Amino acid sequence: MADEPQVMTDQGQGADPVSAPWRVNGMTRRQRYLRAQRRRAMVVAGTSTVVVVGLLILLVPRAPGWHKVQRSFFDGERFADAFPELLGYLWVDVKLFLWCAPCILVWGLVIAMCRNSRTPALFPLRLFGAVYTDVFRGVPIILTIYLVGFGIPGLGLRGDFNLIVVHGRWNSPYIWGSVALILAYSAYVAEVFRAGIESIHESQRAAARSLGLSHSSTMRHVVLPQAGRRVIPPLMNDFLSLQKDVALISILGPIEVFRRAQSLKDLTANYTPIVAAAVIFLMLTIPLTRLVDWYIGRSRRRTGGTVTT
Amino acid sequence: MKRRAALAALAALLLAACGSDDATDNTAAPAASQPAAGDTVTTDAPAAGGGAAECAAGKTLADGALTIATGDPAFPPYVIDDKPEAGQGFEAAVALAVAEEMGFTGAAVTWVRTGFDAAIAPGQKDFDFNLQQFSINPERQQTVSFSTPYYTANQAVLGYIDGPAAGVTSLSDLKALKLGAAASTTSLTFITEVIHPDVEPFAFNSNADAKTALDNQQIDAIITDLPTGLFISAVEIEGTKVFGQFPVGTGGAGDSWGLLFSKDNPLVACADLALAALTASGELAAIQDQWMGDYTEAPTLASE
Repeated sequence: MADEPQVMTDQGQGADPVSAPWRVNGMTRRQRYLRAQRRRAMVVAGTSTVVVVGLLILLVPRAPGWHKVQRSFFDGERFADAFPELLGYLWVDVKLFLWCAPCILVWGLVIAMCRNSRTPALFPLRLFGAVYTDVFRGVPIILTIYLVGFGIPGLGLRGDFNLIVVHGRWNSPYIWGSVALILAYSAYVAEVFRAGIESIHESQRAAARSLGLSHSSTMRHVVLPQAGRRVIPPLMNDFLSLQKDVALISILGPIEVFRRAQSLKDLTANYTPIVAAAVIFLMLTIPLTRLVDWYIGRSRRRTGGTVTT
Repeated sequence: MKRRAALAALAALLLAACGSDDATDNTAAPAASQPAAGDTVTTDAPAAGGGAAECAAGKTLADGALTIATGDPAFPPYVIDDKPEAGQGFEAAVALAVAEEMGFTGAAVTWVRTGFDAAIAPGQKDFDFNLQQFSINPERQQTVSFSTPYYTANQAVLGYIDGPAAGVTSLSDLKALKLGAAASTTSLTFITEVIHPDVEPFAFNSNADAKTALDNQQIDAIITDLPTGLFISAVEIEGTKVFGQFPVGTGGAGDSWGLLFSKDNPLVACADLALAALTASGELAAIQDQWMGDYTEAPTLASE
């Protein structure tokens, strides 16, 4: 490295090139150094990626069982057969996700507010919040789904309902499966909200209260808006996970992508349909993951790199 | 520089380690490496079908012993009380009869449990053969091998006597019903490909879950194989009935069950010999009568 940095200043930025003789090609020495560093990092990253991927491509097929695994999991023809059929079931998952997600947000926030209440008289609410999050985070989601999805209709729920555009039967597994997911996921989401609320410094509350805001106004106008921004990345994380877990409702009967893949797998004794289902779920989750990353990057830039949880 | 050198060395090491490992194909050569309970007890049993016994000698997973797999749990009437080793129940009895034909009796027969997934996964199996109402179909035969069929079952429709499925007499009567079946069965395919219902069918992890949904009236009827359906209606859920079985030619009939082996297992031929001998002697029919006799009678549904 010939151009070892000697002067590390930012003076060059606003200076006139004529009166700034340290500039070459309009760049300061520091800028050139940084550019070289970036280039070097890219070359190293590129090389190591090529080496790792190359090794995988080269070595995995040399394993003794590769041909069997390839036939069972990566059969091109079966993939092409299964993929469009499975895609037809995607709407079921998306639908479930679309109506579960807002309910989880609302109910999760309610639970979080319960846990954050401060009045002594509201102790029962705090207790409820604590027990709720403990129970639903501790119990396997599958059990919650079985219990709510088969148990509640088993109590004898019959008959139809008509709500403007939505109608169906009260014992529908879509309803109770969704309720189970909402119950389970709001426990996680409530904890995220609570962490967000508690991350807002006490001085913010104190300042708001000293300005004469009530406890609830402080919450609404001061704490929650700040907490909301902070919890978006971890919330997105939970919703990514929800996108896959809506498939669990299939144990109550509804046929969606994963269930259909499972049937195809059993029928043909070949796992390729499951791989096709995984690709479909990836198509859903990757855009959302990118969106979250973009959002985190943006908020970091906006706040000068201090925020992000 | 140092780091790059280390990376290159690592790559070379990996290549060397895996390059020497050239044994790529090992098609179903069950190495007799797994010690099983009850070694060295038999092979000199008074085996009736000498052909099958001679054939099977030395081809099993563990020398001198036969490892049979079934579901976990195994359901009646195929296995009674989830105890296949007692030989009670249709499949338990068939398995033991086949084993005897192949020269394995008493302690020489070991039972293991697998789910469907473990049965069809690629690679070494921990059983000689597996039976849990596996339907034989050409797609499955690309991954595993089957014996000749030991039973042929029709699909049937089960529902509450006073429920929406009551009074169905034809395939088209079923179209308007909310149907359910176990997800891993041919019954579900039968629903989607033969019945073409107007409402989306439901699929369940097991017949047990389908029964719960029927009980909750979340579905109107279960499609299942006939013996299972008749068993459920007779023993398990009061007030239900098998309204009919599907006639030959609808695609729901002739669902043949075979013993499942790892792909190209040499033991398949021996099991075929044993089944042929059991069929010829009438023993297979007798076993069917004994365990399934009560579960084969149901009206036939019209295919229109």
